Amino acid sequence: MFDSDLVLSALRALTPILLAALGGALCERAGVFNIGLEGMMLMGCFTAVATSWFTGSPWLGVLAAALAAAAYSLILAVGAVTLKGDAVVLGVAMNLLAVGLTSFLLRTVFGVQGTFDDPDLLGLTEIAGFSPLTWLSWAAVGVAAVLLSRHAWGLRLRGVGEAPDAAATLGVSPTKYKYGAVLVSGVLCGLAGAQLALGNVTLFSENMTAGRGWIAVVAVMLGRALPLGVLLAALLFGLAEAAGFRLQGLGLPQQATDAAPYVVTLIALFLTTARRRRTTGASA
Amino acid sequence: MTPPRPEPADDAHGAHDAPVSVELTGITKEFPGTLANDRVDLTVRRGEIHALMGENGAGKSTLMSILYGMLRPDAGTVRVDGREVAFASPGDAMAAGLGMVHQSFKLFDSLTVAENVVYRAEPRRYGLVDRAAARRRVTELAAAHGLSVDPDARVGDLPVGVRQRVEILKLLHRGARTLILDEPTAVLTPAEADALFGVLRSLTDEGRTVILVTHKLREVLEGSDNVTVLRDGRVVARLRTADTTADEIASAMTGRAVELDRVHAPGSPGDEVLTVSGLATDGVRDAGLTVRAGEIVGIAGVAGNGQSELVEALAGLRAVTAGRVTLSGHDITHASAARRRLAGLAYVPEDRHAVGTAPAASVADNLAMGHHRTALSRKGVLAPKAVREHARALIGRFGVKASSPQVAASALSGGNLQKLLIGRELAHEAPLLLVEQPTRGVDIGAVQHIHDQLIAYRDAGHAVLLVSAELSEIRGLADRVLVMYEGRIVASYPKNEADERTLGLAMAGAAPDPAPSARKGA
Repeated sequence: MFDSDLVLSALRALTPILLAALGGALCERAGVFNIGLEGMMLMGCFTAVATSWFTGSPWLGVLAAALAAAAYSLILAVGAVTLKGDAVVLGVAMNLLAVGLTSFLLRTVFGVQGTFDDPDLLGLTEIAGFSPLTWLSWAAVGVAAVLLSRHAWGLRLRGVGEAPDAAATLGVSPTKYKYGAVLVSGVLCGLAGAQLALGNVTLFSENMTAGRGWIAVVAVMLGRALPLGVLLAALLFGLAEAAGFRLQGLGLPQQATDAAPYVVTLIALFLTTARRRRTTGASA
Repeated sequence: MTPPRPEPADDAHGAHDAPVSVELTGITKEFPGTLANDRVDLTVRRGEIHALMGENGAGKSTLMSILYGMLRPDAGTVRVDGREVAFASPGDAMAAGLGMVHQSFKLFDSLTVAENVVYRAEPRRYGLVDRAAARRRVTELAAAHGLSVDPDARVGDLPVGVRQRVEILKLLHRGARTLILDEPTAVLTPAEADALFGVLRSLTDEGRTVILVTHKLREVLEGSDNVTVLRDGRVVARLRTADTTADEIASAMTGRAVELDRVHAPGSPGDEVLTVSGLATDGVRDAGLTVRAGEIVGIAGVAGNGQSELVEALAGLRAVTAGRVTLSGHDITHASAARRRLAGLAYVPEDRHAVGTAPAASVADNLAMGHHRTALSRKGVLAPKAVREHARALIGRFGVKASSPQVAASALSGGNLQKLLIGRELAHEAPLLLVEQPTRGVDIGAVQHIHDQLIAYRDAGHAVLLVSAELSEIRGLADRVLVMYEGRIVASYPKNEADERTLGLAMAGAAPDPAPSARKGA
C-alpha cells in the first residue's frame, strides 16, 4: 500500500497543515504561542467559499480568505501582545468562536445547515498536478527558512522571541515584530483554509478543518519551529491522513481510519517529550 | 591585583581641561512618594573612568535611566558632547554615542556571539545578513580591545565573564564613545574584575569615557579617576579618587562613619552539627564538609558553580543522588524539608522575594511562617494574638522597619525584608543555619546589622553555613572558607589563610593546593 499514489495524496493532504504550521512557527519564534491556527483556518475556509461563490473567482476567494484570517488574527495580536492576555486562552476562544461564527454565517448567507456544496462553486485549478497553493506552500518553506536564518528581519524576530527586553534596549520594538508574526500567521492560515475548501474539496461544511489547526500546532512543536522541521512534521501527518484513506479502502471502518492523523500526533508527542526529557536530563 | 597602569601624573586621565562628554545639570525626578533625583549635577570628562556610587535607593539607577533615555527628567538638562539632548529612547542615546551594559545582561542566549553583537546593526550582503562580515567585525573589535571571544559560540554556553565581553563588544560595534556599566563586577571573580578594568582603561586611553555604577569601594579606589556619590537623590560628594579613601566614600554614602570590612574574631567550635560526605546532586559532585557548633563555615565561589544547588540539597529542595548528610546525628539525606526543620535546620534562601517570603502576605504572617506549627497555634489552629506578639517581638529585636505588622511584605525595602527573613530564621534557634547571600542588595548600614546578628548566633553555640558571592563578607565572618568551582569543593582554608588572592585563584579553578583537607571532609 505504500506507493507513489500514497505519497501524492499525502502531499495534497499536507498543504493546509504546512501553511498553518509555518505561521505557527513564525509566532513561536516571535514568542507568541499561537494555538488559534484552527480558528483562523476555518475563517479562511468560509471566506474562500463565500467569495468564490459570489464573485465567481476562486482567486478572489483565496485573497479574501487571507485577508479575513489576518483580520481575525488581530484578536490574538491585540489580546496577547498589546493587552498582555493569556495567548492560550485567546487561542482556544478564537477556535471556538470561529466554529460558531462560520456555522451562523453558513445559515444566514447560504440558508443551509451542515454543508454548502454546489456544482457552480468554483475551486482552484491545478498546475502541474498540484494546487497553486501547494506550490506556494513549498516556496513558503524556503522563503521562511532563509528569512528566519539569514535575513536581518529573521534575526530580529528570533531575538524578540527570546529576550524582548534585550531587543528593546537595542531599539527593536518587540510589539511590532510580534504583530508582524501574528498577522503573517493569519495570512498563511487563510491560505490554508482556502486550500482546504477550494483545493482539497470544493465545499464548505461546519468545522471542516476538523483539528488540522491543532495538528499544525503539534507540527510546530515537533519541527521545533524550524521551517524545514515543520515541513517534515507536516509530511508525517499528511502521510497518516493519506494512509487513513487507503485503509478505509481496505474495509476498515471510517471512524477508525479518520483517527489516523490524531493517533500519529499523540505518538509523536509522546516520543518527542520523552526525547526532550532525556536530553535536558543529560545536559543538566 | 589591578592591571598596571601609569600612575596619573596629575591629569593623565579625565584631565580637568579635557572636553566634557556627559553633563547633567539640575536633574530632578520625582516618583510618587519619593524624590529620586534632586537637582543632581554630574560632569564626566572625556577619557576618564567616573564612578557613580551610592546605596540602594540613592538615585543612581534613576539618574542613569534618565541619561540613557529610559526615563524623562522632571527638570534639568542633559548634554552629550556639548550638545543639549532630550532622548526619547535608548535608541536615541545610542545614536548619540552612549552605550549601557545593564546589570542583568541583555543578551540572546540561543544566538551566537556575532549575532548578538550585530543585532539591529547587521552588515548586509544581497539583502541578507553578511555572517562572514559579522564574524570578522567581532574578531577585529575583540582583538583591538583585548576582549577575546569566539564569534561562533552560542551566548548561552558562555560563562558570565565572557558574556560581559559580548555586551561591551555590542556597544563598541555601535560606535559608543561613552560606556555606562551598571554593577559590572557583581558576577565576576577578582581576576576577571581586574581584567575588566584593564579593558576599560584601554578604552579610555583611546578617548572613550566610562561611567561605572557600583557600590564596591575597592574597585572604585583601584580603577576609577573620579567619584560622584549620591545619597537620598542628592550629590553629597565629588571626589578625586587619588585624593580619597574608602572610609571617606563610605561615610558619604551612608551619611555616618562606618567600619568597613570588619574581620570578626574567630569562634570556638564544638561538636559537629552538620556532616556531609560524598554528596552529589544536579550540578554538585562529591561534596564533603562539616560544620561544627559555634562555627561559621563560608562557601566562596563565582555564582553558578554549584553553591545554590548544594544548599538546596541540604535544605531538602533538591534530590540527593549520592552521599550522606547527617544533622546532629540524624541521617537527613533523603528527609523532606519539614523533617529537616524538625531535626534542627533553619534556612535563609538566596531569593528572598520568591523563596524566602510571600510578598503578598503581611509582615506578621511572613514572620509566623515556619513557627506556625509550634508556638503560634493551639490544637492546629493559629492563635492570632500569638502571631501578632511574635511579629512585634521579632520586628523589635531585628530592627525591621515596617509601618505596621499588617502591611504586605512587598512594601518593605530589600534590606528590611532581609532583616525580616533572617530574624524569622534565627528565631528558630536551630542548631544549624543555612544562609545564602545574606546581604546581597542590602545597604551598608543593614549589612553591619546582619553580620552582627550572624556572629551573635554563632557565639551562642549554633552552626552556620554561609554562602556568599562577596569575598569580604566571607572573609569577615567565616571561621573556615571552602571554595566551590564547577560543582566541587576545590579548596578549604582556615580563616587566617583565606586572603583575597588565594580565594580568587581557587574561585577561578586554579587552587594552588588541591585541598586534601576538603576531600576528607574539611
